[in-house]
Amino acid sequence: MTDMSQDYNFAYLDEQTKRMIRRALLKAVAIPGYQVPFASREMPMPYGWGTGGVQVTAACLTPEDRLKVIDQGADDTTNAVSIRKFFERTADVAVTEATSEASIIQTRHRIPEQALSEEQILVYQVPIPEPLRFLEPRESETRKMHALEEYGLMHVKLYEDIAKNGHIATAFAYPVKVEGRYVMDPSPIPKFDNPKMDDCPALQLFGAGREQRIYAVPPFTKVVSLDFEDHPFEAGRAAHDCALCGAGDSYLDEVIIDDEGGRMFVCSDTDHCRTRREAGHTGALGVPEAFA
Amino acid sequence: MQAETLSGGFADTARDAARAFRAVLDAMARPGSIHEMAGAAPPAPLSPAAGAVALTLCDPETPVWLAPSLATPEVEGWLRFHTGAPLGPREAAQFAFGSWEELAPLTDFPIGTAEFPDRSATLVVGLPGLAPAGARLTGPGIREAAALSLPEAEAFARNAALYPLGLDFIFTAGSRLAALPRTTRVEG
Repeated sequence: MTDMSQDYNFAYLDEQTKRMIRRALLKAVAIPGYQVPFASREMPMPYGWGTGGVQVTAACLTPEDRLKVIDQGADDTTNAVSIRKFFERTADVAVTEATSEASIIQTRHRIPEQALSEEQILVYQVPIPEPLRFLEPRESETRKMHALEEYGLMHVKLYEDIAKNGHIATAFAYPVKVEGRYVMDPSPIPKFDNPKMDDCPALQLFGAGREQRIYAVPPFTKVVSLDFEDHPFEAGRAAHDCALCGAGDSYLDEVIIDDEGGRMFVCSDTDHCRTRREAGHTGALGVPEAFA
Repeated sequence: MQAETLSGGFADTARDAARAFRAVLDAMARPGSIHEMAGAAPPAPLSPAAGAVALTLCDPETPVWLAPSLATPEVEGWLRFHTGAPLGPREAAQFAFGSWEELAPLTDFPIGTAEFPDRSATLVVGLPGLAPAGARLTGPGIREAAALSLPEAEAFARNAALYPLGLDFIFTAGSRLAALPRTTRVEG
Protein backbone atom coordinates (compact mmCIF):
# COMPACT_ATOMS: atom_id res chain seq x y z
CA MET A 1 0.00 0.00 0.00
CA THR A 2 1.21 3.51 -0.71
CA ASP A 3 2.11 6.00 2.00
CA MET A 4 -1.23 7.27 3.32
CA SER A 5 0.19 10.70 4.08
CA GLN A 6 0.61 11.13 0.32
CA ASP A 7 -3.03 10.32 -0.33
CA TYR A 8 -4.76 12.39 2.35
CA ASN A 9 -4.18 15.88 3.66
CA PHE A 10 -2.70 15.91 7.18
CA ALA A 11 -5.45 14.81 9.60
CA TYR A 12 -7.84 14.00 6.71
CA LEU A 13 -9.80 17.28 6.49
CA ASP A 14 -8.98 19.88 3.83
CA GLU A 15 -7.46 23.16 5.02
CA GLN A 16 -10.51 25.33 4.41
CA THR A 17 -12.67 23.01 6.51
CA LYS A 18 -10.07 23.08 9.28
CA ARG A 19 -9.99 26.89 9.23
CA MET A 20 -13.81 26.97 9.57
CA ILE A 21 -13.69 24.54 12.52
CA ARG A 22 -10.77 26.41 14.09
CA ARG A 23 -12.63 29.72 13.95
CA ALA A 24 -15.64 28.05 15.60
CA LEU A 25 -13.38 26.57 18.30
CA LEU A 26 -11.88 29.95 19.17
CA LYS A 27 -15.35 31.53 19.55
CA ALA A 28 -16.46 28.51 21.60
CA VAL A 29 -13.53 29.05 23.98
CA ALA A 30 -14.33 32.77 24.19
CA ILE A 31 -18.01 32.07 25.09
CA PRO A 32 -17.86 29.06 27.47
CA GLY A 33 -20.86 26.75 27.17
CA TYR A 34 -22.37 28.50 24.13
CA GLN A 35 -23.00 26.21 21.14
CA VAL A 36 -21.29 27.61 18.03
CA PRO A 37 -22.87 26.42 14.76
CA PHE A 38 -20.36 24.94 12.30
CA ALA A 39 -20.56 23.37 8.85
CA SER A 40 -20.02 19.76 9.90
CA ARG A 41 -18.62 17.56 7.13
CA GLU A 42 -19.32 14.04 6.00
CA MET A 43 -16.71 11.83 7.62
CA PRO A 44 -15.75 8.29 6.61
CA MET A 45 -17.81 6.90 9.51
CA PRO A 46 -21.52 7.08 10.32
CA TYR A 47 -23.13 9.81 12.42
CA GLY A 48 -23.26 8.62 15.99
CA TRP A 49 -19.75 7.22 15.78
CA GLY A 50 -18.10 10.43 16.86
CA THR A 51 -17.92 12.51 13.69
CA GLY A 52 -18.11 15.74 15.72
CA GLY A 53 -15.30 14.71 18.04
CA VAL A 54 -13.24 13.48 15.09
CA GLN A 55 -13.57 16.82 13.30
CA VAL A 56 -12.56 18.75 16.43
CA THR A 57 -9.60 16.43 16.99
CA ALA A 58 -8.56 16.75 13.32
CA ALA A 59 -8.63 20.55 13.58
CA CYS A 60 -6.51 20.55 16.78
CA LEU A 61 -4.02 17.79 16.05
CA THR A 62 -0.35 18.63 15.42
CA PRO A 63 2.35 16.13 14.32
CA GLU A 64 3.86 16.32 17.83
CA ASP A 65 0.68 15.20 19.62
CA ARG A 66 0.10 11.89 21.35
CA LEU A 67 -3.52 10.80 20.97
CA LYS A 68 -5.65 8.64 23.25
CA VAL A 69 -9.19 7.61 22.30
CA ILE A 70 -11.69 6.10 24.74
CA ASP A 71 -15.23 4.86 24.39
CA GLN A 72 -17.11 4.56 27.70
CA GLY A 73 -13.70 4.67 29.37
CA ALA A 74 -12.23 1.80 27.34
CA ASP A 75 -9.32 2.06 24.89
CA ASP A 76 -10.04 -1.30 23.27
CA THR A 77 -13.61 -1.00 21.99
CA THR A 78 -14.45 -0.85 18.27
CA ASN A 79 -15.19 2.88 18.16
CA ALA A 80 -12.03 3.84 20.07
CA VAL A 81 -9.78 1.53 18.07
CA SER A 82 -11.10 2.68 14.71
CA ILE A 83 -10.81 6.40 15.51
CA ARG A 84 -7.28 5.88 16.87
CA LYS A 85 -6.30 3.99 13.71
CA PHE A 86 -7.93 6.67 11.56
CA PHE A 87 -5.60 9.32 12.97
CA GLU A 88 -2.58 7.03 12.91
CA ARG A 89 -3.14 6.61 9.18
CA THR A 90 -4.18 10.13 8.20
CA ALA A 91 -2.02 12.20 10.58
CA ASP A 92 0.80 9.75 11.35
CA VAL A 93 0.36 10.78 14.99
CA ALA A 94 1.68 8.89 18.03
CA VAL A 95 -0.97 7.13 20.12
CA THR A 96 -1.15 5.86 23.67
CA GLU A 97 -3.55 4.20 26.10
CA ALA A 98 -2.01 5.90 29.15
CA THR A 99 -4.04 8.92 30.23
CA SER A 100 -1.00 10.75 31.62
CA GLU A 101 1.00 10.40 28.37
CA ALA A 102 -1.68 11.76 26.03
CA SER A 103 -1.74 15.39 24.87
CA ILE A 104 -5.17 15.02 23.24
CA ILE A 105 -7.82 12.60 24.52
CA GLN A 106 -10.94 12.03 22.45
CA THR A 107 -13.70 10.55 24.55
CA ARG A 108 -17.14 9.09 24.22
CA HIS A 109 -19.21 9.32 27.42
CA ARG A 110 -16.48 9.33 30.12
CA ILE A 111 -13.87 11.55 31.72
CA PRO A 112 -10.73 9.58 32.68
CA GLU A 113 -10.33 8.76 36.38
CA GLN A 114 -6.84 10.21 36.51
CA ALA A 115 -6.81 13.98 36.98
CA LEU A 116 -6.02 15.84 33.75
CA SER A 117 -3.20 18.36 33.41
CA GLU A 118 -2.76 21.81 31.87
CA GLU A 119 -0.97 20.27 28.89
CA GLN A 120 -3.98 18.21 27.85
CA ILE A 121 -7.07 18.71 25.66
CA LEU A 122 -10.16 16.57 26.20
CA VAL A 123 -12.40 16.25 23.10
CA TYR A 124 -15.94 14.98 23.76
CA GLN A 125 -18.15 13.26 21.20
CA VAL A 126 -21.64 14.72 21.59
CA PRO A 127 -24.88 13.24 20.20
CA ILE A 128 -27.42 15.96 21.23
CA PRO A 129 -25.67 19.21 22.22
CA GLU A 130 -28.83 21.12 23.18
CA PRO A 131 -29.69 20.47 26.87
CA LEU A 132 -33.17 21.93 26.33
CA ARG A 133 -33.97 19.88 23.20
CA PHE A 134 -36.16 17.23 24.89
CA LEU A 135 -38.09 19.99 26.65
CA GLU A 136 -38.46 22.26 23.59
CA PRO A 137 -38.01 20.74 20.12
CA ARG A 138 -37.78 24.04 18.21
CA GLU A 139 -34.26 25.34 17.64
CA SER A 140 -35.60 28.89 17.21
CA GLU A 141 -37.09 28.69 20.72
CA THR A 142 -34.13 27.09 22.51
CA ARG A 143 -31.85 29.69 20.93
CA LYS A 144 -34.08 32.43 22.37
CA MET A 145 -34.08 30.71 25.76
CA HIS A 146 -30.27 30.72 25.83
CA ALA A 147 -30.19 34.36 24.68
CA LEU A 148 -32.58 35.40 27.48
CA GLU A 149 -30.97 33.05 30.04
CA GLU A 150 -34.45 31.55 30.46
CA TYR A 151 -33.72 28.19 32.04
CA GLY A 152 -36.84 27.78 34.19
CA LEU A 153 -38.04 24.84 32.08
CA MET A 154 -34.94 22.83 33.00
CA HIS A 155 -35.58 23.38 36.70
CA VAL A 156 -39.21 22.32 36.22
CA LYS A 157 -37.97 19.11 34.60
CA LEU A 158 -35.61 18.39 37.52
CA TYR A 159 -38.42 19.23 39.96
CA GLU A 160 -40.77 16.78 38.20
CA ASP A 161 -38.06 14.15 38.62
CA ILE A 162 -38.16 14.75 42.37
CA ALA A 163 -41.97 14.79 42.47
CA LYS A 164 -42.14 11.42 40.66
CA ASN A 165 -39.10 9.60 42.04
CA GLY A 166 -38.22 11.40 45.26
CA HIS A 167 -34.84 12.35 43.81
CA ILE A 168 -33.36 13.74 40.58
CA ALA A 169 -33.37 10.63 38.40
CA THR A 170 -31.10 11.98 35.65
CA ALA A 171 -28.01 9.76 35.80
CA PHE A 172 -26.12 10.84 32.68
CA ALA A 173 -25.97 13.98 30.48
CA TYR A 174 -26.78 15.82 33.70
CA PRO A 175 -27.13 19.54 32.81
CA VAL A 176 -24.53 22.02 34.06
CA LYS A 177 -24.24 25.80 34.16
CA VAL A 178 -20.96 27.16 32.82
CA GLU A 179 -19.38 30.26 34.39
CA GLY A 180 -22.80 31.33 35.71
CA ARG A 181 -24.25 31.92 32.22
CA TYR A 182 -24.98 29.10 29.74
CA VAL A 183 -26.71 25.84 30.61
CA MET A 184 -24.78 23.12 28.80
CA ASP A 185 -25.12 19.42 28.05
CA PRO A 186 -21.93 17.75 29.29
CA SER A 187 -22.52 14.95 26.70
CA PRO A 188 -23.79 11.59 28.01
CA ILE A 189 -21.10 11.20 30.66
CA PRO A 190 -22.35 9.69 33.95
CA LYS A 191 -23.14 12.39 36.50
CA PHE A 192 -20.32 10.80 38.52
CA ASP A 193 -17.97 12.64 36.12
CA ASN A 194 -19.65 16.06 36.35
CA PRO A 195 -17.52 17.37 39.26
CA LYS A 196 -14.36 16.68 37.22
CA MET A 197 -15.41 19.34 34.69
CA ASP A 198 -15.35 22.09 37.29
CA ASP A 199 -12.08 24.04 37.55
CA CYS A 200 -10.39 21.41 35.34
CA PRO A 201 -6.81 22.31 34.32
CA ALA A 202 -7.32 20.80 30.83
CA LEU A 203 -9.13 22.48 27.93
CA GLN A 204 -12.45 20.72 27.21
CA LEU A 205 -13.85 20.80 23.66
CA PHE A 206 -17.16 19.35 22.49
CA GLY A 207 -18.08 18.35 18.93
CA ALA A 208 -21.55 17.34 17.73
CA GLY A 209 -21.26 16.27 14.08
CA ARG A 210 -24.85 15.49 13.14
CA GLU A 211 -26.20 18.51 15.04
CA GLN A 212 -23.38 20.76 13.73
CA ARG A 213 -22.39 22.38 17.00
CA ILE A 214 -19.08 23.01 18.74
CA TYR A 215 -18.74 24.21 22.32
CA ALA A 216 -16.03 24.46 24.92
CA VAL A 217 -15.11 24.82 28.57
CA PRO A 218 -11.78 26.64 29.02
CA PRO A 219 -9.41 25.50 31.79
CA PHE A 220 -10.19 26.66 35.35
CA THR A 221 -13.80 27.48 34.53
CA LYS A 222 -16.74 27.18 36.90
CA VAL A 223 -19.02 24.25 35.93
CA VAL A 224 -21.95 23.72 38.32
CA SER A 225 -24.42 20.83 38.11
CA LEU A 226 -27.99 22.17 38.39
CA ASP A 227 -29.79 21.26 41.63
CA PHE A 228 -31.98 22.57 44.43
CA GLU A 229 -31.02 23.71 47.94
CA ASP A 230 -33.03 20.87 49.51
CA HIS A 231 -32.05 18.34 46.82
CA PRO A 232 -28.35 19.01 46.24
CA PHE A 233 -26.49 17.38 43.35
CA GLU A 234 -25.00 13.98 44.17
CA ALA A 235 -22.43 12.23 42.00
CA GLY A 236 -23.49 8.59 42.37
CA ARG A 237 -21.72 5.33 41.61
CA ALA A 238 -22.49 1.64 42.13
CA ALA A 239 -21.90 0.67 45.78
CA HIS A 240 -19.21 -1.89 44.99
CA ASP A 241 -15.45 -2.18 44.60
CA CYS A 242 -13.94 -3.02 41.21
CA ALA A 243 -13.80 -6.84 40.97
CA LEU A 244 -10.46 -6.72 39.14
CA CYS A 245 -8.46 -3.96 40.83
CA GLY A 246 -10.42 -3.36 44.03
CA ALA A 247 -10.85 0.38 43.44
CA GLY A 248 -13.55 1.81 45.68
CA ASP A 249 -13.69 5.25 44.11
CA SER A 250 -13.87 4.68 40.34
CA TYR A 251 -16.91 4.57 38.05
CA LEU A 252 -18.00 0.95 37.50
CA ASP A 253 -19.54 -1.04 34.66
CA GLU A 254 -21.85 -3.92 35.54
CA VAL A 255 -20.95 -7.07 33.59
CA ILE A 256 -23.19 -10.16 33.42
CA ILE A 257 -20.94 -13.22 33.72
CA ASP A 258 -23.24 -16.27 33.56
CA ASP A 259 -26.82 -17.44 32.90
CA GLU A 260 -27.71 -17.50 36.62
CA GLY A 261 -27.73 -13.71 37.00
CA GLY A 262 -24.18 -13.58 38.25
CA ARG A 263 -22.50 -10.26 37.70
CA MET A 264 -19.34 -8.37 38.42
CA PHE A 265 -18.52 -4.68 38.68
CA VAL A 266 -15.36 -3.47 36.97
CA CYS A 267 -13.76 -0.07 36.34
CA SER A 268 -15.10 1.50 33.16
CA ASP A 269 -11.73 3.28 32.74
CA THR A 270 -9.55 0.43 31.42
CA ASP A 271 -6.29 2.38 31.72
CA HIS A 272 -7.03 3.26 35.36
CA CYS A 273 -7.85 -0.37 36.16
CA ARG A 274 -4.75 -1.74 34.42
CA THR A 275 -2.47 0.81 36.10
CA ARG A 276 -3.85 -0.19 39.50
CA ARG A 277 -3.46 -3.91 38.81
CA GLU A 278 0.10 -3.36 37.64
CA ALA A 279 0.75 -1.52 40.90
CA GLY A 280 -0.31 -4.67 42.77
CA HIS A 281 -3.97 -3.95 43.61
CA THR A 282 -6.23 -6.98 43.19
CA GLY A 283 -10.03 -7.13 43.49
CA ALA A 284 -12.30 -9.97 44.64
CA LEU A 285 -12.38 -11.71 41.24
CA GLY A 286 -9.00 -10.48 40.01
CA VAL A 287 -5.82 -12.41 39.47
CA PRO A 288 -2.55 -10.85 40.66
CA GLU A 289 -0.92 -9.19 37.63
CA ALA A 290 2.14 -11.49 37.85
CA PHE A 291 -0.06 -14.51 37.04
CA ALA A 292 -2.38 -12.85 34.53
CA MET B 1 3.30 41.51 -9.02
CA GLN B 2 6.01 41.70 -6.35
CA ALA B 3 8.04 38.58 -5.67
CA GLU B 4 7.39 38.92 -1.94
CA THR B 5 3.64 38.70 -2.59
CA LEU B 6 4.10 35.05 -3.51
CA SER B 7 6.62 34.11 -0.82
CA GLY B 8 6.34 34.12 2.95
CA GLY B 9 3.50 31.60 3.29
CA PHE B 10 3.68 28.39 5.33
CA ALA B 11 6.30 26.00 3.93
CA ASP B 12 4.32 22.91 4.98
CA THR B 13 0.77 24.29 4.86
CA ALA B 14 -1.19 21.70 6.83
CA ARG B 15 1.38 21.03 9.57
CA ASP B 16 2.49 24.65 10.01
CA ALA B 17 -1.13 25.81 10.20
CA ALA B 18 -1.87 23.06 12.75
CA ARG B 19 1.00 24.20 14.99
CA ALA B 20 0.03 27.86 14.58
CA PHE B 21 -3.60 27.11 15.46
CA ARG B 22 -2.60 25.25 18.62
CA ALA B 23 -0.63 28.32 19.69
CA VAL B 24 -3.68 30.56 19.11
CA LEU B 25 -6.05 28.07 20.78
CA ASP B 26 -3.78 27.77 23.79
CA ALA B 27 -3.44 31.57 23.97
CA MET B 28 -7.24 32.03 23.85
CA ALA B 29 -7.87 29.21 26.36
CA ARG B 30 -5.23 30.56 28.79
CA PRO B 31 -5.45 34.38 28.64
CA GLY B 32 -2.12 36.02 29.40
CA SER B 33 0.01 33.10 28.21
CA ILE B 34 2.54 34.09 25.52
CA HIS B 35 3.28 31.82 22.57
CA GLU B 36 5.73 31.63 19.69
CA MET B 37 4.09 31.85 16.23
CA ALA B 38 6.57 30.70 13.63
CA GLY B 39 6.29 29.91 9.94
CA ALA B 40 5.04 33.08 8.24
CA ALA B 41 7.15 35.84 6.66
CA PRO B 42 4.70 38.57 5.58
CA PRO B 43 5.86 41.91 4.16
CA ALA B 44 6.50 44.62 6.79
CA PRO B 45 4.85 46.21 8.67
CA LEU B 46 2.66 43.09 9.21
CA SER B 47 4.40 41.08 11.96
CA PRO B 48 5.29 37.39 11.47
CA ALA B 49 2.83 36.43 14.25
CA ALA B 50 -0.01 38.48 12.73
CA GLY B 51 0.84 36.98 9.34
CA ALA B 52 0.64 33.46 10.79
CA VAL B 53 -2.76 34.27 12.36
CA ALA B 54 -4.01 35.41 8.93
CA LEU B 55 -2.69 32.27 7.21
CA THR B 56 -4.26 30.06 9.89
CA LEU B 57 -7.71 31.64 10.24
CA CYS B 58 -8.52 33.88 7.27
CA ASP B 59 -9.91 32.70 3.94
CA PRO B 60 -12.50 33.79 1.34
CA GLU B 61 -15.26 33.42 3.98
CA THR B 62 -13.80 36.01 6.39
CA PRO B 63 -13.97 39.74 5.64
CA VAL B 64 -10.83 41.46 6.94
CA TRP B 65 -10.29 45.09 7.92
CA LEU B 66 -6.76 46.41 7.61
CA ALA B 67 -5.65 49.52 9.52
CA PRO B 68 -4.28 52.35 7.32
CA SER B 69 -0.66 51.66 8.34
CA LEU B 70 -1.02 48.04 7.15
CA ALA B 71 -3.03 48.83 4.02
CA THR B 72 0.01 48.97 1.76
CA PRO B 73 -0.06 47.35 -1.70
CA GLU B 74 2.51 44.78 -0.43
CA VAL B 75 0.48 43.66 2.63
CA GLU B 76 -2.85 43.75 0.78
CA GLY B 77 -1.39 41.76 -2.10
CA TRP B 78 0.18 39.22 0.27
CA LEU B 79 -3.08 38.72 2.21
CA ARG B 80 -5.13 38.40 -0.98
CA PHE B 81 -2.75 35.90 -2.53
CA HIS B 82 -2.23 33.67 0.52
CA THR B 83 -5.66 33.80 2.17
CA GLY B 84 -8.12 35.03 -0.47
CA ALA B 85 -9.84 37.05 2.26
CA PRO B 86 -11.93 39.99 1.04
CA LEU B 87 -10.84 43.35 2.49
CA GLY B 88 -13.78 45.35 3.78
CA PRO B 89 -15.09 47.93 6.23
CA ARG B 90 -14.91 47.73 10.04
CA GLU B 91 -18.66 47.05 10.38
CA ALA B 92 -18.36 43.81 8.36
CA ALA B 93 -14.98 42.61 9.65
CA GLN B 94 -14.59 39.13 11.08
CA PHE B 95 -10.88 39.85 11.61
CA ALA B 96 -9.23 43.25 11.94
CA PHE B 97 -5.48 43.90 11.91
CA GLY B 98 -3.80 47.05 13.20
CA SER B 99 -2.17 48.90 16.06
CA TRP B 100 -4.18 49.63 19.21
CA GLU B 101 -4.47 53.33 18.29
CA GLU B 102 -5.75 52.53 14.80
CA LEU B 103 -8.30 49.94 15.96
CA ALA B 104 -9.92 52.46 18.35
CA PRO B 105 -12.77 53.26 18.70
CA LEU B 106 -13.83 49.63 19.08
CA THR B 107 -17.54 50.42 18.90
CA ASP B 108 -18.05 49.87 15.16
CA PHE B 109 -16.80 46.26 14.98
CA PRO B 110 -19.47 43.52 15.14
CA ILE B 111 -19.98 42.21 18.70
CA GLY B 112 -22.46 39.45 17.82
CA THR B 113 -26.16 39.22 18.68
CA ALA B 114 -27.95 37.85 21.74
CA GLU B 115 -28.84 34.69 19.79
CA PHE B 116 -25.50 34.42 17.95
CA PRO B 117 -22.79 35.96 20.17
CA ASP B 118 -20.17 34.11 18.09
CA ARG B 119 -20.82 36.41 15.11
CA SER B 120 -18.34 38.92 16.46
CA ALA B 121 -15.00 40.27 15.27
CA THR B 122 -11.59 39.12 16.45
CA LEU B 123 -9.12 41.99 16.60
CA VAL B 124 -5.47 41.18 15.89
CA VAL B 125 -3.63 43.96 17.71
CA GLY B 126 0.00 44.72 16.86
CA LEU B 127 1.92 45.79 19.97
CA PRO B 128 5.57 46.89 20.33
CA GLY B 129 6.17 44.13 22.88
CA LEU B 130 4.49 41.47 25.02
CA ALA B 131 5.40 40.75 28.64
CA PRO B 132 3.72 38.89 31.50
CA ALA B 133 3.46 42.08 33.54
CA GLY B 134 1.04 44.98 33.86
CA ALA B 135 -2.73 44.54 33.80
CA ARG B 136 -4.15 41.89 36.13
CA LEU B 137 -6.28 39.24 34.40
CA THR B 138 -8.82 36.92 36.03
CA GLY B 139 -11.57 34.69 34.67
CA PRO B 140 -11.99 31.44 32.71
CA GLY B 141 -8.69 29.89 31.61
CA ILE B 142 -6.72 31.50 34.43
CA ARG B 143 -5.85 29.54 37.58
CA GLU B 144 -5.83 32.52 39.93
CA ALA B 145 -4.56 35.61 38.17
CA ALA B 146 -2.33 36.35 35.20
CA ALA B 147 -0.59 39.51 34.03
CA LEU B 148 -0.17 40.89 30.52
CA SER B 149 1.26 44.12 29.13
CA LEU B 150 -1.98 45.54 27.66
CA PRO B 151 -2.15 49.02 26.11
CA GLU B 152 -4.97 49.97 28.54
CA ALA B 153 -7.50 48.36 30.88
CA GLU B 154 -10.68 50.38 30.50
CA ALA B 155 -11.58 49.31 26.95
CA PHE B 156 -11.31 45.62 27.93
CA ALA B 157 -13.46 46.15 31.03
CA ARG B 158 -16.11 47.79 28.82
CA ASN B 159 -15.86 44.86 26.40
CA ALA B 160 -16.20 42.29 29.20
CA ALA B 161 -19.32 44.09 30.44
CA LEU B 162 -21.04 43.23 27.13
CA TYR B 163 -20.76 39.48 27.86
CA PRO B 164 -21.87 37.18 26.26
CA LEU B 165 -21.49 39.65 23.39
CA GLY B 166 -18.18 41.35 22.72
CA LEU B 167 -14.91 41.31 20.84
CA ASP B 168 -12.05 38.87 21.23
CA PHE B 169 -8.43 39.99 20.98
CA ILE B 170 -5.19 38.48 19.74
CA PHE B 171 -2.05 40.48 20.54
CA THR B 172 1.04 40.11 18.40
CA ALA B 173 4.59 41.42 18.75
CA GLY B 174 7.20 40.13 16.31
CA SER B 175 6.77 36.37 16.30
CA ARG B 176 5.06 36.25 19.71
CA LEU B 177 1.36 36.15 20.48
CA ALA B 178 -1.12 36.31 23.37
CA ALA B 179 -4.92 36.52 23.47
CA LEU B 180 -7.77 37.92 25.50
CA PRO B 181 -11.30 36.51 25.14
CA ARG B 182 -14.31 38.59 26.17
CA THR B 183 -14.64 36.61 29.42
CA THR B 184 -11.41 37.93 30.94
CA ARG B 185 -11.75 40.56 33.64
CA VAL B 186 -9.00 43.18 33.28
CA GLU B 187 -7.86 45.48 36.08
CA GLY B 188 -5.29 48.18 35.44
